[in-house]
Amino acid sequence: MRATCWMGKGSIQVQQVPDPRILDDGDAIVRITATAICGSDLHLYNGFVPTMKSGDVLGHEFMGEVMEVGREVKNLKVGDRVVVPFPIACGACAMCRKSLFSLCENSNPNAWMAEKLWGYSPAGLFGYSHMLGGFPGGQAEYARVPFADVGPLRIPAGLPDEKVLFLSDILPTGYMGAEMCNIDKGDVIAVWGAGPVGLFAMKSAQLLGAERVIAIDRFPYRLQRAREISGAETLNYQEVDLHEALRELTGGRGPDACIDAVGLEAHMPGPLYAYDRVKQAVGLETDRTFALRQAILACRSGGTVSVIGVYGGFIDKFPMGAVVNRSLTIRSGQCHVQRYMKPLLERIEKGEIDPSVVISHRLRLDEAPHGYEMFLHKQDDCVKVVLRP
Amino acid sequence: MVNQAPSGHQFDEPRHGLDVAGGVAVAARAFDPERVARGLGWFSLALGSVEVLAPATLGRVIGTGRSPLGRTVMRVFGLRELAAGVGILTTSRPARWMTARVAGDVADLAALVLALPMPSTRLGRWLLAASSVAGVLALDAKCAQQLGGHAGPGRGTARYRRRITIHRSAEDLYRGWRDSTNLPRFMRRIESVRALDERRSHWTATAPGGLRLEWDSEITDERPGQRLAWKSLPGAPIETSGVVRFERAPADRGTEVIVELEYALPGGDVAAQLLTLIGQSPEQQLGDDLRRFKQLMETGRVVVAEGASRDVGQPRGGRELRRGRGVLALLKGGAR
Repeated sequence: MRATCWMGKGSIQVQQVPDPRILDDGDAIVRITATAICGSDLHLYNGFVPTMKSGDVLGHEFMGEVMEVGREVKNLKVGDRVVVPFPIACGACAMCRKSLFSLCENSNPNAWMAEKLWGYSPAGLFGYSHMLGGFPGGQAEYARVPFADVGPLRIPAGLPDEKVLFLSDILPTGYMGAEMCNIDKGDVIAVWGAGPVGLFAMKSAQLLGAERVIAIDRFPYRLQRAREISGAETLNYQEVDLHEALRELTGGRGPDACIDAVGLEAHMPGPLYAYDRVKQAVGLETDRTFALRQAILACRSGGTVSVIGVYGGFIDKFPMGAVVNRSLTIRSGQCHVQRYMKPLLERIEKGEIDPSVVISHRLRLDEAPHGYEMFLHKQDDCVKVVLRP
Repeated sequence: MVNQAPSGHQFDEPRHGLDVAGGVAVAARAFDPERVARGLGWFSLALGSVEVLAPATLGRVIGTGRSPLGRTVMRVFGLRELAAGVGILTTSRPARWMTARVAGDVADLAALVLALPMPSTRLGRWLLAASSVAGVLALDAKCAQQLGGHAGPGRGTARYRRRITIHRSAEDLYRGWRDSTNLPRFMRRIESVRALDERRSHWTATAPGGLRLEWDSEITDERPGQRLAWKSLPGAPIETSGVVRFERAPADRGTEVIVELEYALPGGDVAAQLLTLIGQSPEQQLGDDLRRFKQLMETGRVVVAEGASRDVGQPRGGRELRRGRGVLALLKGGAR
């Protein structure tokens, strides 16, 4: 089959690779009908995630038709149309029983690698490095889905792929980011990053009852989308003094909750950016944290900072003093997608959310390398790239 | 003297204080391996600096002359000394770096032997240098062995212990472990286990390097739902024994499974440390085996991934992961 392969830092190729096959009685094989490039795939592309190997198949946002099931699979049958959540979860361990699916204790066969870096291992993920399992991803024609009875969500006929594809990652991730803010009456929520996850976090904050939503980015076309999708007020951090602007917009209180939907490759004007780039390049810190630092300093006293942007390792100049002295709550996590798929599918069916609004480009699978380039360099007002195998 | 060994060292009693030799009690001066290691660390830094900065002078002193080749070798060895010194002085567990010093001493001796037939070598000074290195080697080896912690000095046994929590009852887990057909499913190195009778079984395994090992094992203690102990029978290529215990975890958390293994390794802990350096850590193996036991007992299957299968049980990190660990070590060091 054809698959999008990571060939090294900054190198993506669509290659011919062996078809996946059932390796366990609990597996299913899915013929992929739609898949997407995620912002977190750009961290792989830029070489910020350790334990990638040349030839690894990328992609953790995908859906398709069940082609084959293992002997013990009970909930799926051949022909079912499914969306596959990006964390692989067994459904039986203590974490899965608490609905903390992205922390599944059993799904990462390379758990020892993750333990070295993070102390304990989270769940295995599709197409996201060997320290997270070494599972081939879904930017391909077919994928093997382990624990097929636990993860995949059956999609009723009549809903087009583009409306449900993002149940695999970015819609639940954005939703969880807003949910972690415990939104109360009158709350103002500020969201750093108006990429697809940030846009869904804004929309979710609005659905969960936020009084106002403020979008922060540096690309006018993205801020424009934020205004359209969730009625957000917008701030371009390259044009304003962000801290002062947020203070002004919130009556001097600061946003009640701040969502970091940026992660480890944050940008910022000024010399500190160069300083952090250098430290990152020589390995003295692994993640750049401008967005997170700003979010912590901007948040109102006693408020919540919700981190859904991806961080991988170590950060520098973390304003812990602000956290302690102003009683901030920091919440974070890779999304426990399985927990949100059904309720969000219902919201989609009711017309409360139309996730397809974030799509800016529709490409063939073979055009994946071009899609990565466009997404990385924000060319052609790129927001979200969907690939059709 | 307070035994400050971390919890992983619990098999060893502190060996300070009185030694009994030939029926006469002799008050021996306490050998504190951590202090000696720090001293050797500073020694490494000093010697390494001289080797890197003044290789010719040092060559004259030890009688090997000042040839360009000799100077290059000296500089390389100097860098090695500096690395060992930094390693010993900046990590909280210097045992590996002490093992590296032992290997370095052997390399030093080998280089001296190679230098012996060269015309520039002066025998008197050479003998002095060689005997110094031999003396340091003895000290390094003793220190490395005592720091290693898993094995008692000179006893040649290595002990490993690991604990994991599994969401099943102690009775279920006991039955899962007692069923010999299950064992090869989660023990990566074990190819097959064949029951010979109620207590004895025949084991086949692949050792690091593809070596095939076979032995018979006997259950020595069996308390259903609580404890199972075994040991290899005479004739086994490596004498081994082990025990698995099942303890209730708090509230609804299932069962804590505790495994202790003991191997009679030729060379004891230094051998185990060297195995770890080439990526065959028995401790890692035990941890991964227990994780697979958990997968099997909680989900009924052992998780496989295309990209993981070739690596499973082979703890070889990617270069990038090691870099990540390097950063981690740096930060830990900085935090102290």
